[in-house]
Amino acid sequence: MIAIEEVSKRYADGTVAVDRLSLEIPNHSITVLVGPSGCGKTTTLRMINRMIEPSSGTIRVNGEDVQRQPVNALRRSMGYVIQNAGLFQHRTIIDNIATVPRLLGWSKQRARARAAELMERVGLDKDMARRYPYQLSGGQQQRVGVARALAADPPILLMDEPFSAVDPVVRRGLQEELLRIQGELGKAIVFVTHDMDEAITIGDRIAVLRKGGRLAQFAAPDELLSSPADEFVEEFLGGDRGIRGLSFLSTGDLELDRSRVFPIDADRQRIAQATSAQPADAQPVLVTDIDGKPIGWTDPAAWNGDAGTLTPYGQSFEIGRDSLRIALDRAVLSTTGHAVAVDGSGRVLGIAGQETISAAIRAARRQHAAGSAASGQGKDSPQDPPPVKATR
Amino acid sequence: MNVLNFIEAFFSDSAQWKGYDGIPQRVWEHIQYSAAALAIAAAIGLPIGLITGHTGRGGNAMAFVAASARALPTFGLLVLMFVWLGLSVLPVMIPLVVLAIPPILITTYEAVRTVDPSPVDAARGMGMSQSQILFQVEVPAALPLIFSGLRSAAIQIVSTATIAAYVSLGGVGRYIVDGLYQRDYEKVVGGATLTAALALLVLVLFWAAGRTAVSPGVRRRGTA
Repeated sequence: MIAIEEVSKRYADGTVAVDRLSLEIPNHSITVLVGPSGCGKTTTLRMINRMIEPSSGTIRVNGEDVQRQPVNALRRSMGYVIQNAGLFQHRTIIDNIATVPRLLGWSKQRARARAAELMERVGLDKDMARRYPYQLSGGQQQRVGVARALAADPPILLMDEPFSAVDPVVRRGLQEELLRIQGELGKAIVFVTHDMDEAITIGDRIAVLRKGGRLAQFAAPDELLSSPADEFVEEFLGGDRGIRGLSFLSTGDLELDRSRVFPIDADRQRIAQATSAQPADAQPVLVTDIDGKPIGWTDPAAWNGDAGTLTPYGQSFEIGRDSLRIALDRAVLSTTGHAVAVDGSGRVLGIAGQETISAAIRAARRQHAAGSAASGQGKDSPQDPPPVKATR
Repeated sequence: MNVLNFIEAFFSDSAQWKGYDGIPQRVWEHIQYSAAALAIAAAIGLPIGLITGHTGRGGNAMAFVAASARALPTFGLLVLMFVWLGLSVLPVMIPLVVLAIPPILITTYEAVRTVDPSPVDAARGMGMSQSQILFQVEVPAALPLIFSGLRSAAIQIVSTATIAAYVSLGGVGRYIVDGLYQRDYEKVVGGATLTAALALLVLVLFWAAGRTAVSPGVRRRGTA
């Protein structure tokens, strides 16, 4: 655990970068420092490995004051990832990754074997080992940067806007990769970003800092979205925090309508019978193939068994895995106002209309509020297992 | 008579290739003076350039030293040293070293100072010591530029070492000085050709050094 206690950083010209900041960063989780430029988030991160020395206050790592530890040994015990990766252009990829093990006195052979292991872990192809950084794309270089930081298996990983310089598609890929790696390794990760979406995507806990280096709020992403502490946090979260908050609600309890799903070889009479009990305003039915996979929508009265007459159903969502945000999105985009729910193998489990999803959202919110009230303080305890994070 | 005839006549005279003042002997003397001057200048310029470039301090002092060293007339310095120190190799070495330090010092300083800051930041963050940062991160990245400083210093030394002949210390300058004195233009042109050939040899040597010492990952971006 990293304990930041009343830490300030003042420069000689009077600027205050960080102002009496206190934060507890638990093990086995990703803590994101987020805020506008000039909020001291990078300064805070760099004080943890003493790249910057605080003017006052203490930082303890597992109870030990970092000021009392030899600076280079301290830094070698923490992974460090920066924007643009900062790779050594004159070294091959494998030797870049082997840097810290070599500094720790490992033999070249052992360090390289370890580096090769890390390349695999971060999803880099084996035959990149002998290449030089300039031969890699920005996203690949950043993967090398992460692998290099992990090489000596440090318990702590400091990441300073690591994905800011790559394009949005690559960035999403890197974020998912980081969450996957974190799922396997369970490090204490401190991650600095100015991008709230990134913070919400990867953070287990988010510290929002305001200009002048003061803490505005420190909370889990869903709590941040549902109850921002003040106007500053609310503004920083952006205008659609309600919708974004749905990312944290599961579709597991969604009530699905199975009565209007039919395989393509179903008897027309049966369809007519089954739907006659419902209001007469010709609600569409979903037609699936014989394996139960969705094909498209049709008006039950007009259905003649010809797959060519079906209206495309767009995209489906996977029950349990996708969030209510995805389900709502699918329903809004659907021509019929209904989203198609499938299981892991793509077979239709039922359909859900916008009304049903809204009801599920209200129910989930109620449950969530009751749940967080019940667990109370226990939530902040570092012994808690890391929250499971959906990647979509 | 054109220059090519002079060159042909000079180099085809078999007498030029023998004895204590033959071409091999003069070239050898020239190479010795040049190599010694370059080695001394590098021993002074490189460490100072590396340290000031690494710390980023002393830029103004460096500019001052360089400007004043460049303002010193090499030939004037030679004569002065000769009068002061008498006939020895020192009056030749001092002006050559003074001539060679500024390009080495300034280029090394600039090369190290302008290394991309992000690998240096990463190196610090990974716990490298200052000397590890300098020699494992900054120098390999700055090597193409450092070599180019050494190369221009070496070329200046080789061309200027002809002045050694003025104080009767041999080298290929001997041909130029004697030729001018004896109005033997064949000799003058021959000496000038040898000087140019030695300068070309320096270029080739530095090109080869750049190929072997600079990492392929850096070479692509540099100029060595």
